[in-house]
Amino acid sequence: MAVNPDIVGRSCEPTEPYAVGREKVREFARAVMATSPIHTDVGAARAAGYTDIVAPPTFAVVVQEKTLAQLLAMPGANIDFSRVVHGSQDFTFTRPIVAGDELTAVLTVESVKSLAGNSMVTAVSQITDATGAHVVTATSTLVVRADDA
Amino acid sequence: MIAVEQLTVGDEVATASYRFTRDSLVRYAGASGDFNPIHYRDDVAVSVGLPGVLAHGMLTMGVAVQPVVEWIGDPGRVRGYQVKFTRPVLVDPSEGAEITVLAKVGAVIPEDQMARIDLTVTFNGDTVLGKAQVLVSLAPTA
Repeated sequence: MAVNPDIVGRSCEPTEPYAVGREKVREFARAVMATSPIHTDVGAARAAGYTDIVAPPTFAVVVQEKTLAQLLAMPGANIDFSRVVHGSQDFTFTRPIVAGDELTAVLTVESVKSLAGNSMVTAVSQITDATGAHVVTATSTLVVRADDA
Repeated sequence: MIAVEQLTVGDEVATASYRFTRDSLVRYAGASGDFNPIHYRDDVAVSVGLPGVLAHGMLTMGVAVQPVVEWIGDPGRVRGYQVKFTRPVLVDPSEGAEITVLAKVGAVIPEDQMARIDLTVTFNGDTVLGKAQVLVSLAPTA
């Protein structure tokens, strides 16, 4: 069964605040083979003008992931997780994520398209800090493969 | 610091190669929280019709931006980053997988002190990311 196109425009509840910890940022930086000391050394980050160490750009997916879990569980959406493939990803930053941030994300379904029996679901997650200011928008297109005929 | 005026479309700004091993995938799974077993269990990967364990697309995306971060010297200057996942990176249990990143200037936006850097990311001679673009700010620090 194809993904229900009626979910377009639907939004999820804001996620619980995600506390960005220094050791998590360091762990993630190592995992993506990042070498900049601004990811790991508080002194280097402060010298570059940041309040604390800066997360690698794709760290935003860790916060976005909470919203994608909401999307997959959305009642009536009919998204079969076992058939989901990540099609594309976009991050648009107002500012980088830094250790000490408390981030909340709200997902909105932007589009549902059909292509050769597959469904393409595009979801936009707005990630904001504890003051409500925008930090990064994370957009994913998920391809939900057609059922085996 | 690199000035936007110094850049010309087509300039090569960075190139680098990275080796992914199964250890890299386990490390990324832990760091990111993406524990889909197709990224560390051959039996599960094969059972869903894959040729073997694949790298997380987000690991490839996360690593591929690093030459650009090293070039600009400050990860906070990345203002946008997008990719399409076009081909999987199959990670052999003993040999691993080597990916190569070539970063070139795709567009210069002097009025915003920004540049778009386009990435060509290859594995075994094939590109694995499509439309891989990084938007960087080159504004002088105040």
